[in-house]
Amino acid sequence: MDILVCMKQVPDTETKIVINPEGTGIVTDGIKYVMNPYDEFAVEEALKIKEKMGGTVTIVSMGPQRATEAIRTALAMGADKGVHLCDDAFEGADSYSTAKALAAAIKPLSYDIILGGKQAVDHDNAQVYAALAELLDISHVSIVTQLDVAEDGKSAVAQREVEGGAREVIEVSLPAFIACQKGLNEPRYASLPGIMKAKKKPIDVIDLAKSGLSADEVGEKGAKLKIRKFFLPPEREAGKILEGEPEELATQLVKLLREEAKAI
Amino acid sequence: MEENRIRENQMAEQIAGPDELYFNEEHGMLRQTVKDFVTKEINAHLDEWEAKGESPLHDLFKKMGDLGLLGIRYDEAYGGQGLDYWYELVFLEELAHIEGLGLPVAIAVQTHMATPAIAEFGSDYLKQTYLRPALAGDMVTSIAVTEPGAGSDVSALATTAKRDGDTYVINGSKTFITNGTQADFLTLLARTSEKPGYHSFSLFVVPTDLPGFEVSKKLDKLGMRSSDTAELFFDDLRIPVENLIGEEGEGFIYQMRQFQHERYSVLPSAYITTMDMINMTVDYLRQRIVFGKPLIKQQVLRHRLAEWLTEIECIKQFTYHIVRMKSAGLDATREITMGKLKAARLFQEIAQGCLQMYGGMGFMNETLISRYYRDSRVFSVGGGADEVMCEVIGKLEGF
Repeated sequence: MDILVCMKQVPDTETKIVINPEGTGIVTDGIKYVMNPYDEFAVEEALKIKEKMGGTVTIVSMGPQRATEAIRTALAMGADKGVHLCDDAFEGADSYSTAKALAAAIKPLSYDIILGGKQAVDHDNAQVYAALAELLDISHVSIVTQLDVAEDGKSAVAQREVEGGAREVIEVSLPAFIACQKGLNEPRYASLPGIMKAKKKPIDVIDLAKSGLSADEVGEKGAKLKIRKFFLPPEREAGKILEGEPEELATQLVKLLREEAKAI
Repeated sequence: MEENRIRENQMAEQIAGPDELYFNEEHGMLRQTVKDFVTKEINAHLDEWEAKGESPLHDLFKKMGDLGLLGIRYDEAYGGQGLDYWYELVFLEELAHIEGLGLPVAIAVQTHMATPAIAEFGSDYLKQTYLRPALAGDMVTSIAVTEPGAGSDVSALATTAKRDGDTYVINGSKTFITNGTQADFLTLLARTSEKPGYHSFSLFVVPTDLPGFEVSKKLDKLGMRSSDTAELFFDDLRIPVENLIGEEGEGFIYQMRQFQHERYSVLPSAYITTMDMINMTVDYLRQRIVFGKPLIKQQVLRHRLAEWLTEIECIKQFTYHIVRMKSAGLDATREITMGKLKAARLFQEIAQGCLQMYGGMGFMNETLISRYYRDSRVFSVGGGADEVMCEVIGKLEGF
């Protein structure tokens, strides 16, 4: 099986996000970047499929220079090679122009299945995979928590989460895009021998010219969405602790719920 | 002037932070692996293991062995990674984020206390039979030097190994042995001659599944409670002569060299674990309101924190200096001894100082600082007491 994994490098989930004074983005100084946690499930699943059925795992990522670190991490986990869409023209993309660029990089590749996280934890849009599947003219299954690829590699059965904790079972013909959710697997750690081997694995860098796209199809220019302003949610105030006898407490509570919280 | 500034700006663009002066991208990936491992496989279970008085070392070491973490500097021919001191330092630094000293020490026994002498002086047979499974995490190891009647005064050791044909017969006891109830083999120092002097001792690999071996007692400790510590008893325990490490009579010298690895391995705790303690204490000081303002606004506390940060930076840079010395093949005994002494003192000072800043909460077992406080005493008594470090430094200076 030729397995592709779409992966994004995002700020570490432990990062304390600070909005820049102009409100146009976040302060990136000193931020540590990691592989998008949902993409880790995708990499792990890809490696498991490869271990079972043979083949290759290729990591496809769009991002600035630093994104090679996340690609190398996936290579250290066991992926075979990387494709890195890297060009200033790709900066400021929305979900659509990201999918456009990814599709351009993926089209010349041979693939039987594409995996990726169900969303990236930075912008949280959860739209790239659907747009990408559309552009590649393949199916996609979202929020997948279990995946079984048929022995002939022509189809797969995926379980996806639906509301109320229920599961939906979907049989899909391949190639398809599988958007991975927590619970699908337990991602492995990059081993030290794996880290040292990753250095020698190939990463194909694709700039605008190589992608075959024009500058106004990608990045900020190709985006259908304009971000007008970034702001943080208001800080949560400390809770109130009521004291007194149960009867008094109940009266106080009802009063507060009615007058302050306006909940009843 | 202008030119200088431009040059400085260019440098600042190439280097994102001071750590990049020492560490590259592979180091960063190793750091991430160990960090994730510590968070998920160790810290998540530590409360349970602390309460139980031991940790599942076979399970944990196997996982670490599979990731290639137990033999970073060791020869690839025996399952090591053949990498340099900086990779090893990254590993030790991330282990120092474990929330308590029990496991960093238990792991360092495997990597820095019981195996260096086998790797350096052991035969190919010993390396294949014992070093390889230790690095793979298939065997748990202990270093057995201290005895009920001999600690810092190593030359007072009474455990004997008497040659009898193709075997050595071991009699005696060892105490304060970390990992002692779980170890598959011990690296053991025993007397092989009645003559006085340093050439009467030999270092052996002693498997614990042989008749005559007994864990006589599991010891109850003030701190490091997630790590098991034992008293061991040897009654006519016979080991093959092949289990002698290096030359007979050289064991004391080998052990003195092995101690350098052991003492070095604790240094990162003094600038990583202490920073964790300070960070959690500062979080507390920010939200704790006393007399109408957060405690962090008290100048006396801020100054104390500032002094600790300064000392932490010093011991960190000193450690990096030691790594550079080791990398260059220089003897760093003097520096490692000084570093161990300073690290032990600083760790205690910060643990007790942070507990004080927590006030009553610091005295509660539910607050992590209380564990660090209990554990903090170990560095000043283990691996050679502070007083022994001072003696070594004094001797090296010729006083």
